[in-house]
Amino acid sequence: MSEAEMVHARERGHEPELKHHFDDPDQQLDSSTLGMWVFLLTEVMFFGGMFAGYTIYRNTYPDAFASTSRFMNLAIGSINTAVLIFSSFTMVLAVRSAQLGRKKALIGFLVITLFLGLVFLGLKGVEYHEKWVDHHIPGPGFRYEEPQYFHQAQILFFLYFAMTGLHALHMVVGVGLLVTLIAMAARNRFSAHWFTPIEMVGLYWHFVDIVWIFLFPLLYLIGRT
Amino acid sequence: MTHRVVSVKTYAAVFITLLILTGTTVGVAQINLGEYNFVVALTIAVIKGTLVAMFFMDVRRATSLTKLFVCAGLFWLAILLVFVLSDYLTRSWLPLPRWGPGA
Repeated sequence: MSEAEMVHARERGHEPELKHHFDDPDQQLDSSTLGMWVFLLTEVMFFGGMFAGYTIYRNTYPDAFASTSRFMNLAIGSINTAVLIFSSFTMVLAVRSAQLGRKKALIGFLVITLFLGLVFLGLKGVEYHEKWVDHHIPGPGFRYEEPQYFHQAQILFFLYFAMTGLHALHMVVGVGLLVTLIAMAARNRFSAHWFTPIEMVGLYWHFVDIVWIFLFPLLYLIGRT
Repeated sequence: MTHRVVSVKTYAAVFITLLILTGTTVGVAQINLGEYNFVVALTIAVIKGTLVAMFFMDVRRATSLTKLFVCAGLFWLAILLVFVLSDYLTRSWLPLPRWGPGA
């Protein structure tokens, strides 16, 4: 917020955090929340298209699908699920610290969340490398252990990379947002009265967590037995 | 801010429940239940997603308008999936005449 804006706000007798087209801070926060949800719902539709594509191919080629499930790294997938859930927990504690105006705790929880996000991305990288070594990346170098499923398995590995890749891209954006929040918090940009960006990034982070909660069983668990 | 701050205990309880559900879904996936593997895995995913949305994203205390938007979004997703599946899953129900040579 600029100096001019603060002076403007004080002259009109409201807190500098409250934009004067809102009645009160609650209404301001409610409209931010609603706007963020509208964005997240466009994301639901975005991922929804991929989930629909996945469902169609799973139904069209159930045997090939079952055969690819066995090549997914369940250990890394499970650890990553736990890591992401843990990061959602620390994110919600960061929002809570902001509500209570505890700056040190806020920065601490944001840093832990950031770290967990990076752990997730690192493990994802290990998994992608494994697929590269095994020649499981669709394209000219693709090889498959069960030759009768050569073409169908490529479709399913393509879906695996498209879905987890888009999810990982969202994680990268989330990491960038967290770095921004940590920098803002360190510069005392938040107070117990105004911490809207932390709540909004929190919503985004949890949404990305929910996407993974659905990706994990669909890609790693179903068809293993 | 009139928003009541939620206790760490509540968040921790949700967190632990999510971890237990993750363990359960991984465990059940090792047992062959046929078609029910899919049902169990997705049911657990829906429960986990709902917990995250309700407690971590605070939908349970959101304004009615936000709740309406969330429901509308899920409804639209349902339209996408149900209409697509009503086509693909029912294609084999009716024998259609084959096209092309040798029909």
